[in-house]
Parts: sequence; structure tokens; C-alpha cells
Amino acid sequence: MDLKEAVKDKIPWDGTLPLNEFSLSASTFSDKWKMFNHSFPPWLWNPCPKHHLNSSHKVEGYLSLENVCLVKSCEEEKNHGSLSWKEESNISQAEEPFDHATLVCPEFEANHYDFHIVYSPSYRVPVLYFRSYYSDGQPLPLGEIEKDLPGHSAELLLESKWTFITQEEHPYLNRPWYKLHPCGTRDWMKLLLSDTYTSSNKNFIEQYLVSWFSVVGQVVGLKISLEMLNIEEKKLFETTASDIFE
Amino acid sequence: MSEAQKYVWKGAIPLQIHLHESEVTTLPPPPPALVLAPRIGYLPLLISLLKPHFSATLPPGVDTIWFEYKGLHLKWYIPTGVLFDLLCMEPERPWNLTVHFRGYPSNLLLPCEGEDSVKWSFINSLKEAAYVITGNCKNIMNMSQTDQVDLWGSVLNGNLESYSRVSSKLKLETFEDEYTENVDSASTKSQQSTGDAEAVGQVKTSRIPVRLYLWAVNEDFDDFEDAPVIDNWDKVSYINRPVEIHKEDGKYFSLNDAVKRLLPEYFPESSFGNEGDASINQSAGEEGENSCDPESSSHTVEIAEIKCVRIQGIEPSLEVPFSWVVNNLMNPEYFLHMCVCLKVSEANALQ
Repeated sequence: MDLKEAVKDKIPWDGTLPLNEFSLSASTFSDKWKMFNHSFPPWLWNPCPKHHLNSSHKVEGYLSLENVCLVKSCEEEKNHGSLSWKEESNISQAEEPFDHATLVCPEFEANHYDFHIVYSPSYRVPVLYFRSYYSDGQPLPLGEIEKDLPGHSAELLLESKWTFITQEEHPYLNRPWYKLHPCGTRDWMKLLLSDTYTSSNKNFIEQYLVSWFSVVGQVVGLKISLEMLNIEEKKLFETTASDIFE
Repeated sequence: MSEAQKYVWKGAIPLQIHLHESEVTTLPPPPPALVLAPRIGYLPLLISLLKPHFSATLPPGVDTIWFEYKGLHLKWYIPTGVLFDLLCMEPERPWNLTVHFRGYPSNLLLPCEGEDSVKWSFINSLKEAAYVITGNCKNIMNMSQTDQVDLWGSVLNGNLESYSRVSSKLKLETFEDEYTENVDSASTKSQQSTGDAEAVGQVKTSRIPVRLYLWAVNEDFDDFEDAPVIDNWDKVSYINRPVEIHKEDGKYFSLNDAVKRLLPEYFPESSFGNEGDASINQSAGEEGENSCDPESSSHTVEIAEIKCVRIQGIEPSLEVPFSWVVNNLMNPEYFLHMCVCLKVSEANALQ
């Protein structure tokens, strides 16, 4: 395997994820997600037979987490910035005693979010796409999304309107979606993981998406359970996550 | 700058633009507007020419301009020349488009807040191209404010000279033209310029930013007039994937090779022109996947045929060196936009 050889030769890893490792890393991520994030629907793999022709390119596809419903509690509405997520489906409050998002709020308006993780061959990293809509299917204006975002993201959004979250066409769906701009991903992934990399971690690439999402998820207020990370990664994460957003 | 580049920059499409009937409030309706749209430009930038022409007849409201061709909404972030090459295979002159100033289809089209949106879409593409070529966006991020303004201004005004002056500072050499540089110096030069990220001793790879618009047809046609019409964006596969060129591809990597490498689904490596390619790709990683696949290696017969490749309004011979195509026909944001029509036989399409 190229990567192992690379370790031997002490070549610094460049922070990217090879295309042919994306689907593997994606399945590891969705398995772990299922294990540790019960309150959310699972991430599903959507294969993309781009040209409806032959299926030899099984590697192509994207992950999706759809119809996540944001319920704002009254208290959180006031504090604005710390939000929780809840799947809209049949999970009742009784089953989810730790979910703080279920405070009943009179006349709340639920905002729905779809998230996709798509591989970018240009940047050679995963990219988070999302869209949001009201219960009636009408898309949320950016100003509304901004209110849903955690405080630090909302600030960033204001400062760098065109470079942080941009509206772009979904590479497979021909529709406008929001996208977290990936040009810095390689660098912060390197910062986040290069130590684990040299410490002979075999599952390193497999873990790529988990580590990546631990950061990217926070931007949109989706916190992953830290159980998903390895112990060493957890430590690293705690020390580096704050730097990334500065 | 080359002769070809000058032609590309001077290239323009005569448009005859009709205001959509739902937005006509006066009698008689306004005559269509005739404008010359630069190939490397973007449709919303024409607003300064179109607004005065139609403003007297528009219903009250806020302007958000968008265009249609035969009922198909036009994506404003695709350069005008590319839209024409793709959607008007049998060139229609003038090209009849419909303009709207109201009722923006925001569920279908990215929002466009005027020139700023177009400029940022351009700069984000340029960043992406820089990343593909050099592995980072620093050159673009570190551009001075003046250079940024000048660069965008040169695109707006079609000023190739000022563009060349600013863009040369970006140091985004894609790859040396095999016709102008001798092979030895080219290889040492590029070896130095790639970062240490590429494993030492591994095949050296250069990456070329390409946006490919693929349109597959089942029936053959002799004349573009008889070609099926693209009336829905879902009929076009948009492939935004860099072409990877390995040093071992040798001195001669043609346009044909580039198209086939971008479309492994249709052209498995086994049917590749150059001998010995398969082994090279195996070591290169990504494409290796494909040649190992028993399913694809059984497809030794051609499953698709390149019907035409149109770039900047011309259909270059497929034998032209790809380096020439890139260096001369790319758009100012360093992407080469190619419209490719493939003929796929019915039997294969049904698989």
C-alpha cells in the first residue's frame, strides 16, 4: 500500500483523501455514526451511476443524511447559538431522555436540513453540502440559516460571505445547494491528523471521514459523539479544533 | 500570448434577446435586443446593455435577470461560449434567447446578485483551478487587491494584455507545450515545481483543471440539425474532474487520450491507445482501480464513440496534443471547458 510506504519514507502526508478510499472511509463513518448517534437517522450511501451505463465505477457516490429537523426550544431561541438537532421521525421524548431539543415550544417553526458528503476530485477532500427548507418545502433564505448556525459560524459567514459557505450547484443533482468551501480542508486535516499518521495508525485513512466530520459537523451545529474518535484523536481534537476556526 | 488565445478572447456570439411575454406591459411589445456576447463572459453581465432596452415595458418589481433557451434555464456561471457550444450544436446566428427580469427560478438556479456574484463565482473557480495545478490556493488568496480588481476587469473588458500581465504573477503554469519546449528541460522543470507531497520515486503527475459537459446519444446522426435537443440539464453529465497526466504518458498525450481518461466509464483503460498505459495507471493509484475490475476489463470492445469534442466553438482534431489545447483554449479562470458528445450504442445503454 502506498501509504505505508510513504510512512516508511517519512514523506509528510498532504492531508488529502484519495478518491478510491472515499467509499471505504464513508462506510466506516456511517457505521460508527449508527453506533454512537442513535438520535439521528443514519447516513446513507448513494451510488452515482453517472451515465447510467456500466457499473464498473462503484467508487462514485455520496453520503446523505436527510430530513434532519431542527426544533428550536424557547430557551435556546433566546440564547441563540447553541442548538440541538432532532430527527423528525417517530422517536418520542420518552426514548430520548437526554435530548434537550424536545422542549415543547408553542407554535415553533421547524427547519429541515439535508446534508450530503460529496468527494471533490479537484480538492481531493470530502465536501459538505446542505440545503434547508421549511415544513412546506420552501427553501430557507440564507438569513434564516444563519440564525440556525452556531455563533462562530454565523460570524464567519458575515465576514467572508463569498468564501466560507457558498451556494453552488450540487455536483450530482443539478440544483443549488450550500457548500462549505473546501480549500482549507487539506491544511486543517493535516494539522488534525498528521501526528496520528506517523504514530503508525493503520486505520488512519479509514478514519478520515470521522475526523473530518468532527470538525465540519460543528460548523453546521451537528456535533458527533466523541466516542467515534480514537482516544489520541480526541486529545488532538480538543487542542486543534479551536485553532481551525480562528 | 498566442494567436489562438487572441481569437478566444475576441470570440463573441451574436445574441437576439427577446423579453419574455409575461413581462411585456406595453403595446407594441419591445423589439428584441441585439448584442454581441463575449465567449469568455457571463450572461448576467449583459444587464447594462439589456436593461435600458427593456426597462420601459417591465412590470413593477425588483430586477433579477435570467435567461432561457427553448424553455431551458441557462446556468449563468457557465461561460456564455460554453453554453452556446453545448446547447446550440448546430450554431444558430443570431442565437435567440429569452430574458426575464422577474420570477427568478431560485429552486433551479443559483441566486445571482449581479456582478458581484459572477465575480466571486469566477474567483472561486480560479481558486479551484489553482488548487488542482499547485495543490493550494495561496497564489489566489495572496493576490493584492489591485491585482484582483485588474484581473476581473480584464475579463469584463476582454483585455487579454492586461489579463496576461496579472495572471503571469499567479504562476499557474499548467504544463509546457511540447511544441515549444524541449522534453528534457520540461521534465526537470516540472519535477522541481511539484511539492514533496508526491511520493519520491513515484510517477510524476500533473493535473489539469477541466470541466467537461457530456452529452450521450443513442442514435447516430449525420448532421447536428438532426441531433436530439438538450431540453433538460439532467441530460448533461457535468464532470468536474482534473485530467491527470503521468510523466510516463510520454511526449505525446492527445486530446483523444485526455477525453478517454476523463471518462473511464466509457473507455476502460484496456481500450486505451497507448501501449503500456495500463501498468502505469495501476501504479498511479486512482485509475488502477478500474483496470483491476474484471467487469470493466471484459469490455474490450469500444462501448462508446466520441462523436465530437467542441472547445471554444471549434472541434479540434482529436490527435492535437492536449497541452496545446489547454494552453491555448482554456478560459481565463484556468479551466478548460469541453463539450463532448458521445454516441453510445443502444445495447450498452440498456445494461
